[in-house]
Amino acid sequence: MSTTLNPGERPTGYLPEGADINRNIAARRLRGKIWQALFFSSLVIGLLALGTLLYTIIDDSFGYIAVQTKIDPEELSDRPLAELSKEELIEILRANISAGLFRRFDRDEPFSERSKESVLQLIEERVIGREVVASFKLTESLLERERIEATVRERFPRARLEFHSWLNRDFLTRPMSSVPILAGVGNAILGSLWVIAITMILAVPIGILGGVYLEEYASDTWYYRLIETNINNLAGVPSIIYGILGLAVFVRALEPLTSGAAFGVTDSNGRTILSAGLTMALLVLPLMIINAREAIRAVPQSIRQASYGLGATKWQTVWHHVLPNALPGILTGTILSMSRAMGETAPLIVVGASTFVVFFPDSVFDKFTVIPIQIYNWTSQPGSQFRNIAAAAIIVLLVTLLLLNATAILLRNRFKRSY
Amino acid sequence: MTVAELSAVDMAQANGRYAVELHNTHIYYGSFRAVKDVSLQIERQRITAFIGPSGCGKSTVLRAINRMNDLIPGSRLEGRILFHGKNIYDPDVDPVEVRRRIGMVFQKPNPFPKSIYDNIMFGPRINGWRGTKAQADELVERALRGAAIWDEVKDKLHQPGTALSGGQQQRLCIARALAVQPEVILMDEPCSALDPISTLKIEELMLELRRNYTIIIVTHNMQQASRVSDYTAFFLMDADRAGQLVEYGPTEQIFTSPNDKRTEDYISGRFG
Repeated sequence: MSTTLNPGERPTGYLPEGADINRNIAARRLRGKIWQALFFSSLVIGLLALGTLLYTIIDDSFGYIAVQTKIDPEELSDRPLAELSKEELIEILRANISAGLFRRFDRDEPFSERSKESVLQLIEERVIGREVVASFKLTESLLERERIEATVRERFPRARLEFHSWLNRDFLTRPMSSVPILAGVGNAILGSLWVIAITMILAVPIGILGGVYLEEYASDTWYYRLIETNINNLAGVPSIIYGILGLAVFVRALEPLTSGAAFGVTDSNGRTILSAGLTMALLVLPLMIINAREAIRAVPQSIRQASYGLGATKWQTVWHHVLPNALPGILTGTILSMSRAMGETAPLIVVGASTFVVFFPDSVFDKFTVIPIQIYNWTSQPGSQFRNIAAAAIIVLLVTLLLLNATAILLRNRFKRSY
Repeated sequence: MTVAELSAVDMAQANGRYAVELHNTHIYYGSFRAVKDVSLQIERQRITAFIGPSGCGKSTVLRAINRMNDLIPGSRLEGRILFHGKNIYDPDVDPVEVRRRIGMVFQKPNPFPKSIYDNIMFGPRINGWRGTKAQADELVERALRGAAIWDEVKDKLHQPGTALSGGQQQRLCIARALAVQPEVILMDEPCSALDPISTLKIEELMLELRRNYTIIIVTHNMQQASRVSDYTAFFLMDADRAGQLVEYGPTEQIFTSPNDKRTEDYISGRFG
């Protein structure tokens, strides 16, 4: 072919020359700018979405509440209640509640043994009876204070307006209550921790070991390819399906084990922390395996060869080189799986998270609730104050997840090695 | 085959001339024959260079000698490779044992992301080394001195080996190979990633090591082959893309009066 071409001749077709070069470059640059603008606007849309999310949550979490009491505390005593002695407080309590109720409190815990704070709390609950009659959003509270004051004066003449943070220490430590202002996520946080602990105890070792086997030992045969495909697909299965699996297997079929009946626990069914943890472990296991495999695959082949070249066995190579070098990646993936499990709601609804648990779990055979379930429950309740505590619970969940992800990044940087 | 058995064979063949012998070796990757019918004998305590154009199978042959090819799925070998008269591909031979006795240095320096000290001690430790701290220190020093890098690193033994320069890393890798006391050291283009000064140091080191070890080196650099090696094997790909041995003999003869026309063409730079 080359023999038919004259090397001195210019090829046909057109390559820009002279002023055309600049026009051509300008056109190419413009195209680049348009794409850059597109990329940037996507970023802006993302940031806007995030901003809106945060705004609505924070807007609901803080703001004015109108508090109404049955009795003005000043009518009970001419001094502030907190300054009174325990005996004086007991007298106030006796004077303002029925004799039967007073005897019941005494039976529950004799007044002689109660602390002053405990008596004060009884007075606040039973005598003063603080009740939130209206709540307002943060923006309203900041910008339209006068209108709020007018509304409250008109509709609840006896109510007092005060600024309230729905997210506070009591909220973090108290259990669920049917009264929004008394409700907290304490037992939901604890429930989440229990479930995550069981999930991780099971999913982390199985995931890592499975990943090592598939990556280092399994040969490239059709059945291992089938297993691989399966694992990859399982990672994409909707979580509710895992919930149904958990319900069928752990809650129903294995009830004697998961309810603790086999271990002598009597007052429980299969809808326990253990069932939830097992279900979540199944859910994150494919993620763990995929992630461990990727981390292992990222270990350079040259390190393995160096190890084998010195007479190391496969196990020594895996133990001394592959696993330590894959560790940062595995850790990152573990924490990301953990945050996935932490935020999952659907499977736990199916497995039977209880939405109204007022006690704190103290064994794996207890009924449980977790933060996302609590949020789900509160958002579906009538009454605007449930929205406020739902927003506060969302902040708790988001902060927890952010902390987990930050830990993942820190750990990865700490264990990172250079080759 | 245990170390003891190998050593017993060693005693019997102490005066044997050849460290490694290949007899009618064919190497396959799946159904593809990468190397066809190679027979050659590697002399003890000499440097043997494998040269040839890319894809001619010289690296494959080198890696067959310490069974590194076993790590590639689907690879297979026909024929025999004798080490102390024992076929290392016999079913009763453990490749781990072979690799301890026949060390390897790779194209790209690949120190472990550990300290220099741990890089050296890794081989002995995994091979069941026992000894005091002082003995370990001595072993490390000996290996590093053997690889002519002791003076450069003696003050930073506990710093990562990956922080060294490329040439130093490669000598560290040689020291690491020496630490398990092999008899044969295979070098797969050990200088291709290094600058000329580092290359010179490695070449000097090879000539030094020749006194105690048998060295087989794959190189693309013909000057290097002619500078350091005692024997040269020239490989070439045939029409089926399978590598084969064209000519093998003393380096001087290969470079001055080769028997084969193809060798002469390659040596004189007419192709390749």
